[in-house]
Amino acid sequence: MSKSDATPARGVRQKVAAGLKRRYRAERRFQAYGIAAVGVGILFVVVLFTTIIANGYTAFEQTYIRLDVTYLAGEIDPTGARAPADLAAGNYEGVLHAALRARFPEVTDRAELRQLYGILSGAAETTVRERVLADPARIGTQESLWLLARDKVDMLVKGKVDRKLPEADRALNDREVGWIDALGAEHRIEKRFNIGFFTHGDSREPEQAGVRGAVMGSLFTLLVTLLLSFPIGVAAAVYLEEFAPRNRLTDVIEVNINNLAAVPSIVFGLLGLAMFIEFFGLPRSAPLVGGLVLTLMTLPTIIIASRAALKAVPPSIREAAFGMGASPVQTVLHHVLPLAVPGMLTGAIIGMARALGESAPLLMIGMVAFIADVPKTFSDPATVLPVQVYLWASSPERAFIERTSGAIIVLLAFLLIMNAAAVVLRSRFERRW
Amino acid sequence: MQSSTIVIVILVLSAVAYRVGRRRSLALVGGPRSIRDLHSLPSYYGFLTALWCALPALLLLCAWHLIDQRLILETVLSHMPGELQRLPDDQRGLLMNDVRNVVQGNVPIGEARPAVQAAAREWLRLDGLSRVAGGALALCLGLAGGAFAWWRISPTLRARNRVEKVVEIALVICSLIAILTTIGIVLSVLYEALQFFRVVPLTEFLFGTHWSPQMAIRSDQVGSSGAFGAVPLFAGTLLISLIAMLVAVPVGLLAAIYLAEYADRRIRAVTKPFLEVLAGIPTVVYGFFAVLTVGPLLRSTGQSLGLDVASESALSAGLVMGIMIIPFVSSLADDMITAVPQSLRDGAYALGATRSETIRRVVLPAALPGIVGGVLLAVSRAIGETMIVVMAAGLAAKLTANPLEAVTTVTVQIVALLIGDNEFNSPKTLSAFALGLVLFVATLLLNILALTIVRKYREHYE
Repeated sequence: MSKSDATPARGVRQKVAAGLKRRYRAERRFQAYGIAAVGVGILFVVVLFTTIIANGYTAFEQTYIRLDVTYLAGEIDPTGARAPADLAAGNYEGVLHAALRARFPEVTDRAELRQLYGILSGAAETTVRERVLADPARIGTQESLWLLARDKVDMLVKGKVDRKLPEADRALNDREVGWIDALGAEHRIEKRFNIGFFTHGDSREPEQAGVRGAVMGSLFTLLVTLLLSFPIGVAAAVYLEEFAPRNRLTDVIEVNINNLAAVPSIVFGLLGLAMFIEFFGLPRSAPLVGGLVLTLMTLPTIIIASRAALKAVPPSIREAAFGMGASPVQTVLHHVLPLAVPGMLTGAIIGMARALGESAPLLMIGMVAFIADVPKTFSDPATVLPVQVYLWASSPERAFIERTSGAIIVLLAFLLIMNAAAVVLRSRFERRW
Repeated sequence: MQSSTIVIVILVLSAVAYRVGRRRSLALVGGPRSIRDLHSLPSYYGFLTALWCALPALLLLCAWHLIDQRLILETVLSHMPGELQRLPDDQRGLLMNDVRNVVQGNVPIGEARPAVQAAAREWLRLDGLSRVAGGALALCLGLAGGAFAWWRISPTLRARNRVEKVVEIALVICSLIAILTTIGIVLSVLYEALQFFRVVPLTEFLFGTHWSPQMAIRSDQVGSSGAFGAVPLFAGTLLISLIAMLVAVPVGLLAAIYLAEYADRRIRAVTKPFLEVLAGIPTVVYGFFAVLTVGPLLRSTGQSLGLDVASESALSAGLVMGIMIIPFVSSLADDMITAVPQSLRDGAYALGATRSETIRRVVLPAALPGIVGGVLLAVSRAIGETMIVVMAAGLAAKLTANPLEAVTTVTVQIVALLIGDNEFNSPKTLSAFALGLVLFVATLLLNILALTIVRKYREHYE
């Protein structure tokens, strides 16, 4: 370099030095944008989970009221024959009403009495009936029983009813609040672990509604999905990866699978409705049909994951098997496939987790009906957990908000377990060659 | 006999056939010592016998089940009294529905009309007969197939090649299911949509601006005609998708850049899975979040600013959908940014560029086609997303660009039209399939475009 370059070089250096401050500022600003974006993402995760948990943890507790119930012979079994059929048909509502009147003798007005009777859930009758049927000798005696309270009482006890609101805007009026407070002062009100939430099917009464029906429905649906999509997906992946000649047909299949993976799930629901229900006449709302639809939906995911797992098996394994005289089918079935199975299982679990959270296609095939019974077979009408969330979310009662959040917690717990299983599987069995 | 029992019996039979075939192959060459005289391993002879036993029998059983109900229906019809047979088609259909109800036990047999009772009895008799006959035939075929294969076994029989051929055919069939699904989607959606376009012209559907699919039962009621102009739905879908993209693209892209270029490995290892949690949450949870938290929040914020925000505004649905799509955009962008060769960055650093200048001037332009492809995929996600909009967007088909108002989308309308027991062939139900067709075609085109761009870009640096 000669002297003639020195002057312009100094000019450039000055220019660069003059701009450095600005450029470093821009650098820091840009980095701050990045941190802010990551922060926003994390914030959303945190807010989402806090909202759901804050609204939902109370669903795992339920309010009970202790009442001194007299098993009145006149209401339960007026004939005195003690026949089981008569006992089952007894007027247990009357028994409960009498118990409430005995506790609050000052209430006499008809309208007020009706409100008083309304603090107990309809399930309380069943409790009393079961006590009597278990031991008819209880008739005529008195017993202190914990009975399920109605949803609005539950909401008040859990502090979800604002007592400062004017009476007309509240679900409970001042009289009802007074009764609950009086019972509470005598330790006759208790929150207990909500077993019914896990053992009951759906119900119109929030305090009696549980997720068991939806959990069983999800289980049946996913079982169908797994049994169909895993073998078919693995077989398709094996064919495409190990056997298929490179020709037009296999190209079409490949493009097809990639496109199917991105088709909106609701379109699969339309397919299920038109094909399985209208054309083949399969039953509506059945886990069988739900499973079929979800199978078609998860197949691309499983095929893509299985192909990746097969690709990860080094060619040396195949060459060694061929060298020993194995046929192509033997090579794949005896050597390649066993090595690829952990990866395929990971893919299958992730596909199943997606299927578990899916609800849109199941709305199309009628899995949104109100179904109180817990399904027992693959063709019983059923609903699934995410659809149950949707159904409860669209119910107007205040108490269903916590049920919805509770059901979401159950759903997320299942998803967490499945994803954790996938992670464990991957870390334990993944081999690096 | 239940068909499940028959299937189990056939499977047991084929297990027996496996053992018998295997033993015979060994016996033919005189025991395991001279196994080298066999063409294939003995188990292949077993498998071949088992396949011959099970496959034809099971195929027959399937075929039998597909046609026997139709045959029974025909026979029952032809045995009905003459005046019932001469009924017009639709009335005869109703009659057969009654019969079917009795047969399935939905209606006690005593409550039905005598003609229906007689038909139902005959149906039940034929049904029993058909089950027994079908089962017996399948079992016979299974036995015959097994016996045939057993008889064919000889040391020179190429058993392995035959079994492997069957395996390969099964694999091909499994991989064809993906194509069959696509064909099924296209056929079912297209068929119903074409029926719809016979009632409502295509141009009215695509360009009409009034949407009210409620068809009244009587013709003199208000709104009896129904209107199927889908433009408000398309506009609503685009509006919500646009809002979602405005949230997801900047946040997702900047997060990806930070994680790929700035964050050290430990932060990246913790933060990336944390963000990807968002992708694993079911969409119904997002919908609930929108209804429970975001909607009311926007409403009260709007009130304090003097704005009237609908409780089911496009804004709340779009915002929440944007949150859902963030990890989708960020993981795709991350892939694209890390795929840019290090030599490009090194070149920029050598020229004295700062990190952010390198990213903005060199890395991003190099990764741009891939990122555009990823964003297009995200758009197709947003267009097809259902649960968030079903719960958080409204049902009112309004043509507006105001994000604070309630709009409706294609997917919301599909769900609204098809939930519940509707008459299947009314224009109202069929219009859902027409919307489904539009949705399918739109997302398909977006996907093809996006995948082409992504693939082209990937090849560029490999």
